[in-house]
Amino acid sequence: MQTRYHGIENIIGNVLMLRAKDVGYGDLAEVRYEDEVSLAQVIQLDDDKVFLQVFSGGRGIPTDATVRFLGHGLNVPFSEELLGRIFDGSGRPRDGRPELDADPVGVAGPSVNPAQRIIPRDMVRTGIPMIDVFNTLVQSQKLPIFSVAGEPYNPLLARIALQAEVDVIVLGGMGLKYDDYLTFRETLEEAGSLSRTVMYVHTAADPTVECLFVPDLCLAVAEQFALQNKQVLVLLTDMTNYADAMKEIAITMEKIPSNRGYPGDLYSQLAARYEKAVDFATAGSITILAVTTMPGDDVTHPVPDNTGYITEGQFYLRNGRIEPFGSLSRLKQFVNDKTRDDHRKIMDRMIQLYASYRSTEEKRSMGFRLTEWDHKLVKYGKRFESDLMDLEKTIHLEEALDSCWQILADCFDKDETGMPSDLIQQFWPGERSEGRG
Amino acid sequence: MTDSPTLSTGTIDGVNGNLIRVTFDQPVRLNEVGYARLHDKRLKAEIVRIRGKQCWLQVFEDTAGIRVGDVVEFTTELLSVELGPGLLTSIYDGLQNPLPQLAEKCGYFLERGEYIDGLDREKKWEFTPSVKAGDTVYAGDAVGTVPEGLFTHRIMVPFGWRGAYTVEEISEPLTCTVDTVIAKVKDPQGELREIRLYQNWPVKKAIQAYEERLRPTENMTTQVRILDTFFPVARGGTYCIPGPFGAGKTVLQQITSRRADVDVVIIAACGERAGEVVETLREFPELEDPRTGRSLMERTLIICNTSSMPVASREASVYTAVTIAEYYRQMGLHVLMLADSTSRWAQALRELSGRLEEIPGEEAFPAYLESVIASFYERGGVVRLRDGSVGSVTIGGSVSPAGGNFEEPVTQSTLKVVGAFHGLSRERSDQRRYPAVDPLESWSKYPSLVDVNKVDESRKILRAGREVEQMMKVVGEEGTALQDFITYLKADFLDEVYLQQDAFHDVDGSTSADRQKHVFSVIHAILTADLNFKSRDEARRTFIQWQQLAKDWNRMPMESDAFKQQEAKLTASVNDRRASGEEN
Repeated sequence: MQTRYHGIENIIGNVLMLRAKDVGYGDLAEVRYEDEVSLAQVIQLDDDKVFLQVFSGGRGIPTDATVRFLGHGLNVPFSEELLGRIFDGSGRPRDGRPELDADPVGVAGPSVNPAQRIIPRDMVRTGIPMIDVFNTLVQSQKLPIFSVAGEPYNPLLARIALQAEVDVIVLGGMGLKYDDYLTFRETLEEAGSLSRTVMYVHTAADPTVECLFVPDLCLAVAEQFALQNKQVLVLLTDMTNYADAMKEIAITMEKIPSNRGYPGDLYSQLAARYEKAVDFATAGSITILAVTTMPGDDVTHPVPDNTGYITEGQFYLRNGRIEPFGSLSRLKQFVNDKTRDDHRKIMDRMIQLYASYRSTEEKRSMGFRLTEWDHKLVKYGKRFESDLMDLEKTIHLEEALDSCWQILADCFDKDETGMPSDLIQQFWPGERSEGRG
Repeated sequence: MTDSPTLSTGTIDGVNGNLIRVTFDQPVRLNEVGYARLHDKRLKAEIVRIRGKQCWLQVFEDTAGIRVGDVVEFTTELLSVELGPGLLTSIYDGLQNPLPQLAEKCGYFLERGEYIDGLDREKKWEFTPSVKAGDTVYAGDAVGTVPEGLFTHRIMVPFGWRGAYTVEEISEPLTCTVDTVIAKVKDPQGELREIRLYQNWPVKKAIQAYEERLRPTENMTTQVRILDTFFPVARGGTYCIPGPFGAGKTVLQQITSRRADVDVVIIAACGERAGEVVETLREFPELEDPRTGRSLMERTLIICNTSSMPVASREASVYTAVTIAEYYRQMGLHVLMLADSTSRWAQALRELSGRLEEIPGEEAFPAYLESVIASFYERGGVVRLRDGSVGSVTIGGSVSPAGGNFEEPVTQSTLKVVGAFHGLSRERSDQRRYPAVDPLESWSKYPSLVDVNKVDESRKILRAGREVEQMMKVVGEEGTALQDFITYLKADFLDEVYLQQDAFHDVDGSTSADRQKHVFSVIHAILTADLNFKSRDEARRTFIQWQQLAKDWNRMPMESDAFKQQEAKLTASVNDRRASGEEN
C-alpha cells in the first residue's frame, strides 16, 4: 500500500493519471516532486488507471513525480485545540503555528437520519434587529445571504461572528480576497472572538481545487463540535465561488454541463453541504449562514436558484441593508412565539407599515400629492430605516422590540397602528407621544 | 434479501462517482440488484447498462473506498419492494429501509451498507381466509385478509402470476408473521406455489392485476377552494404543482396530505429539505384525521429520501412510493401519492445519464426524460378490480423549475401528461396570497364541484379585472371608467374571499365540498350582479365592507346560526346596491 509510484501518464488541468493497483475510490495521495508536496484525491478508477485531482493544481508537475497513496480518504484532525486556529483549504495551518496533532475525523460523512431530526426549538441571537426581530435565525437553520458584489456581506458575517450567541463559530472562506481574509482575522482578533472560532480560508490566489474542500472541512469540524454538545454557527463566504470552482473542475473533467456551464449535480452537491445543518436531540446543533453572491443581481442564476430550493429562507442584502421584503426565515415561527408576547404581531405590523411607506414613496416619485397619512408613513419609514435597518447597530432583541414600539408611538396614534389593544396597553411607551403626528 | 446458493459474482474494474463498471461471466439482467462488497459491508447497486462482458451499476450509497478488483454479488432480482401488511404508518428511505429502525441500529447518521427489511418480520397479524380449497384464483385475487389499522388488508395472489391457480391448501384463521405461508396453490402446469402475507414487486413495473381502467370522474376534495372549485383533481387523476422556491409547493402538499378525501396517502419526499419531512413526521401522529377520528399517521406512509441522501435511491424513491400506492389500490382503496419534488428525481436521472456519458438533451437532461415522466404519471388511474370494487391512485407531483421558469424541460414534460396544472406564482406568494396558485395560468381537465359555466364566468371576471388593474397602473384610478373599476373590485373580491384561504384557521382552512357549493353560489351571484354606485370611492368602500363580511363569514362554522345571519347580512347589503329593476 505504501508503494511509491513514478511515471505519470497524463496531466490534464488539475487531473493526473497514472497506473496503480489496490487504490480505493476517494483515497488521498501525496504527489512529490523537487521540494513540492501536494495532496491529491482519487476521482476515477478505470482498470489500473487512477485519476488523481491535485489540490495544488497541475501546474509544474513533472511526469516523474512520486505518488504515494495514503490509504484513506480526506479527513481533518479534530480536537478542542482547533479553536483560535486558521487553516487553508487543504487543512494546512495558515497562521504560522504547527500542525494540529489530533485524531482525524472523516470529511463529508453520512447524512443525518431524517427520523432522528427534531423540530427546531431555539433561536440564535445575533444582535441585528433585521434578523432577530423580523427574520429570526433558528438553531439548525440553513440560510443564504443573497447579495451582489460590492455589498458589505463580509463585514456583516464578521459582525455576526462577533455577536452571535453560540459556542463555536466555524468560518469558511472560499475565493476570499486576501484583504477580506485579513479583515476577518483582525476583526475577530480585536474583539477577542478568535478563541471561539476556527477558520478554513481559501483565498482567491490559492489553487481552485482547495476551494472545493472548504465547506466540507468546516462542516466536518462543526459536526464534531455539535456532537460534543456545542451550539455551532458555520459562516461560509462565498458559495458562488464554491459553485464556480465546481464548474471549473467539472468542465476540465469534460463533464456535460447542464445550466450555464454548471454541472448537473449542482443541486445535490449544495444540498449535501447545507443539509449538514442539524439540531441533535441530545447534543448540540449546526446552523449555517452562507453568503451567495448573485451574478448580475439575478436570483434565477443557477447558484442562488438552487440554493433557494435547499435553504430555509434567505436574507437579501441590498444597499447595505437587509431587505425586509423577500428576506424570509422559514423557521422563525418555531421560535418567535416564545420570545415576547408582542414579537409576532409587531413584526408583521412593522413590515406592513413599511410596505405602505414604500408605496407612498412610489406615489411621491410619480408626483402624486401626499395625504396626511402619507406624511406619517414617510416619517415612519425614515425612522425604521435609521433605527432598525442600520447594520452598524447592535441591539438586543428585547431592546429592538421596545424600539419598534417607540417608533410607532413617535409616528402614529395608538389606534392607527392596527396593533391589538391588549398589546398596546401592555407595551405602548407612556402617553407622552399621543396625538402627535 | 434471500440468499440463494448459486449467486453469481463479478469483479469491479472501474469506479466513477456512484457508478461502477463490473466484469461478469454468468448471465445478468438489466435493472438487476447487485451488492458491491466493501470490507465487511455490502453496498446495494442496480445494473443500468450492459455492454459485452461488462455491466455498469449505479450504487445507492457513497462509493468511497471501493477498489478495482473488489467483488460484486448479483441477486438475479430486480429492484423490488415488499408488499404486505404493516406498510402504513411506516417511514422508509427510497429503498424501503425503515428509518426509525435504522436509527435504533446506527444512531444519528445513515451509515452505508445498512439495510433492514421493509416489513417487520416479528409482528403478528390476524389472518382470516376468504377462499377454500378447490377455488380458482387469479393474480390479485384475495385469498384472505388481515386487519391493518383502519383497513381490511387483502392478502392477494402475487400480481405477476399468470393464468388460473387452484387453491390446494388454505390456512385456518391464524395469528402469524408476514413470512408465514398461508396458502398453497397449484399453477396451470401443476406445480405447487406458496402464498405468504407479503410479496415482492419490482418497483419500475406497474401492477396490472385488474379488470379494466376507468376514466377518472369522481372529485377528490382537497378542501382548498381554489383547487376544488377552479382547478379540481379527480380520484385517479394526475396533477402537478410547479412553482419557484418559497411559493408554497410543500405547504400546499402538506395541506393536501392532511385533508384530501382519500383512504391512503403516500408521501414521497424526494430530494427536498429534511426539515420539512420532520414536520410531517412529528406532527402527523398527533393530528386527528377528521374522516376517521384516528391519528392521521394511520392512513399515511412516508418515503423519505431527502436532498443529502444518496442520489440513486432518490430516483428509486418515487417508484417505491407509486408501487405501494398501486398495492393499496388493489384492495379497492383510493390512494393519493404526493411526490415532492419530481424535479429532484429528474435531476437524479440527469446525474446518472451524465456519468453514463449519454448524449444529453435539453439542459443536459437525458433524451428519455419525457417518456420516463409520462410512464410514471400513467401509473395513476382508476381501476375496476376483478371483484368489481374500484380503487384509484391519484398522483400529485410538485415541480421545482430552475429559476421559476415554467419553460424548462421537467415542467414542460410534466404538463403534457397530467390532467391538472396548479401553477404557483412568485408574485402571489410575495403578496402573501395563499394558496399562491395562479388563477389565470392554471388549468384542470377534471370536472369541478360546482357548475362549470359559473366557474367560467367567474374566471372571465377575474381576467377582466386583471386587465383593468394593468390599465390602472398606467392611467391611474382617475382615468378608469366606473364600470371597469367595479369589474376590478369584483375580481379582487373573488380573489380575496374565495381564492385565498387562511390555511391555519380551523374553519377557513378547510372548506368542505358542500360549503364550497353553497358559498360559491353566493359569491357568483355578487360577481354577476348589476351594481349601482355613484363613485369609485363609494364602490371601493362598499367592496371593502363586503370583503370584511365575507371573510368573517368564511371563519364561521357552516352549521352555526352566525353563518346564516352573516350570509343574510351580506346578501342584503349587496341587494341594496343592485341596479333598480333587478331582483336577487
